[in-house]
Amino acid sequence: MNPYLVPSLIVVILVTVGIGVYGLRFARTTSDFLVASRSVSPSWNAAAISGEYLSAASFLGVAGLILRYGVDVLWYPVGFAAGYLALLLFVAAPLRRSGAFTLPDFCEVRLGSPLLRRLASVFVVFIGCLYLVPQLQGAGLTFTTVTGGSYAWGALLVGVVVTANVALGGMRAITFVQAFQYWLKLTALAVPVIFLALQWQSDGRPLVTPEAGATFPIATTVTIEQDATVDGVPVEEGQQLSFAAGDPVPVVSTVDANFGADWLLPGGDGTLFATYSLILATFLGTMGLPHVLVRFYTNPDGASARRTTLVVLGLVGTFYLLPTLYGVLGRIYTPQLLMTGRTDAVVLLLPEAALGAGHLGRLLGALVTAGALAAFLSTSSGLLTSVAGVVFTDVLRVGRSGSIRDFRLATVLAASVPVMLSLYVSNMDVSRVVGLAFAVAASSFCPLLVLGIWWRRLTDVGAIAGVLAGGGASMAAVLITVLGPPLDGWPADAIGQPAAWTVPLAFLVMIAGSLLTSRRVPHDIGATMLRLHAPESLRV
Amino acid sequence: MNAEDPSAAPRRTRVVLGEAAARRRPTDRTRSDLAEQTPVGEALVKGLMRAQLALALRLALVVVTALGALPLLFAVAPGVAAVKVFGVHLPWVLLGVLSFPFLIGVGWAYVRWAERNEQDFIALIRRPEQ
Repeated sequence: MNPYLVPSLIVVILVTVGIGVYGLRFARTTSDFLVASRSVSPSWNAAAISGEYLSAASFLGVAGLILRYGVDVLWYPVGFAAGYLALLLFVAAPLRRSGAFTLPDFCEVRLGSPLLRRLASVFVVFIGCLYLVPQLQGAGLTFTTVTGGSYAWGALLVGVVVTANVALGGMRAITFVQAFQYWLKLTALAVPVIFLALQWQSDGRPLVTPEAGATFPIATTVTIEQDATVDGVPVEEGQQLSFAAGDPVPVVSTVDANFGADWLLPGGDGTLFATYSLILATFLGTMGLPHVLVRFYTNPDGASARRTTLVVLGLVGTFYLLPTLYGVLGRIYTPQLLMTGRTDAVVLLLPEAALGAGHLGRLLGALVTAGALAAFLSTSSGLLTSVAGVVFTDVLRVGRSGSIRDFRLATVLAASVPVMLSLYVSNMDVSRVVGLAFAVAASSFCPLLVLGIWWRRLTDVGAIAGVLAGGGASMAAVLITVLGPPLDGWPADAIGQPAAWTVPLAFLVMIAGSLLTSRRVPHDIGATMLRLHAPESLRV
Repeated sequence: MNAEDPSAAPRRTRVVLGEAAARRRPTDRTRSDLAEQTPVGEALVKGLMRAQLALALRLALVVVTALGALPLLFAVAPGVAAVKVFGVHLPWVLLGVLSFPFLIGVGWAYVRWAERNEQDFIALIRRPEQ
């Protein structure tokens, strides 16, 4: 095992806890715990939002998908970044001005309907869990890949560290932790990539897609993960195949991947429907993610919420330049991952594979693993804070004046379900589940926010009907995808990437429902719209 | 407590406040139009919302036409996807690199123009009555 690994992981955990404890010295009131007393500057806040947003799916998953499928999945990073533009254009400033802390709060402020508030709480908890489980799974899988230890210990370790940190430090501490973790994640991908690019240069710039197909750069032994056929020859699980340097990389029948022109050029076997559905889900889903919205409350006013979002767009956009390079270089230096199907590990394995097992390779390997740990810690902390916030105000019903002890109880409650789930469900596909969480958010909260902010005639009945129709349909699609049998043909696309039909459905039902119940438009709609859109300096 | 000294002071205070109130009057009227939801106030807020929404929709349209057209373009004209820039195929350059500065640029333009819309609105509210 890599000797630098354990020290670097311990440093990340210690610094995380350390900043959390340091923040605790300032966290005295419940308001400090929940929203950092609204005194965080835009640059800190933007780094914190980015640190929270760049999850295991971004740090490991995107590179793994690119290694596997090529140019078609570049829409994932583009969509993950573009989501912040949609948030900036339609939501950021008015949401901050509404004074809402969580999505259920926004429902209360805008439509004053307790039923809608409860429905929104259900969706926040569902999306939060859907997003939290794969983070913990990613932690478990990384733990297995890097140390050879057991999956459950990795998931449990991250689960406990995160729960303790949120329960003890709350959001004030989390803000500094998240900001630190953004820069750690950026460094952890950016520094190794410089050395990787230099190595690629000195290796004589090997082609990513050679005419004759990929070859092994060094002698490699591959352990087959599932019964399959390799170039027509049947192999069994656990069988070891040895290849010499320069041997062609065979295709394993059970591993779904693209090769040659399919990988290099768009079109592949993904349909246009799936591509557009993915674009829609990621562009519109970001604004509906509970842990992203909570952050906007920590801005002092609407204009700074807007500026914060712009900085986030810059930070996130910079980060997403890097995973593509890992995916592409992985084609050259770690082709064995295309045989085992563990493509998510490419970021972790690439430094040692390309630079050799000397000090440099191992040091950089430890650095990317520390970055991966930061990714799990920060996203799960943010998700847990927001889910705990909803449990605190809507399930325990103690109100904003509740004690810090109640918030700690809410945190432990909110953490226990996903941690248990992640221990028992270990075979779900990480990046796919995260994509589905975006689809659910895009078809429930996106229409609610956009219409709630810009359309005076929205009613509570229309909003409830729209969230039930769009959110319910996408939730059902998620459950079928995760639990149901594999599908073929067009249902596979429509269920596997549901956003293209569930988002328009949610908007249509919401608009039609509101027009049919137009007598229920809140009587104080003018005052609400004034509050959402007028600059704070005009507040009377 | 000390009943002898405040006889002059409150009177002077009252005059100052009265002057200040008189000077701020036009602002206050428009402001109270806003606060009390008179037809004038409502029209002002609607105007601001329309301006902000139009701006957001225009910029969203720019992004949707620029990025959203790419999958269709690559599907309809595969030749475009085979073009190489600095030895890299065009779709990789467009999606993997150039899309990010493009998004940031659109966001920057939005923040600038949205803040200008708000400043126009504030100027409208605060403008002295003519």
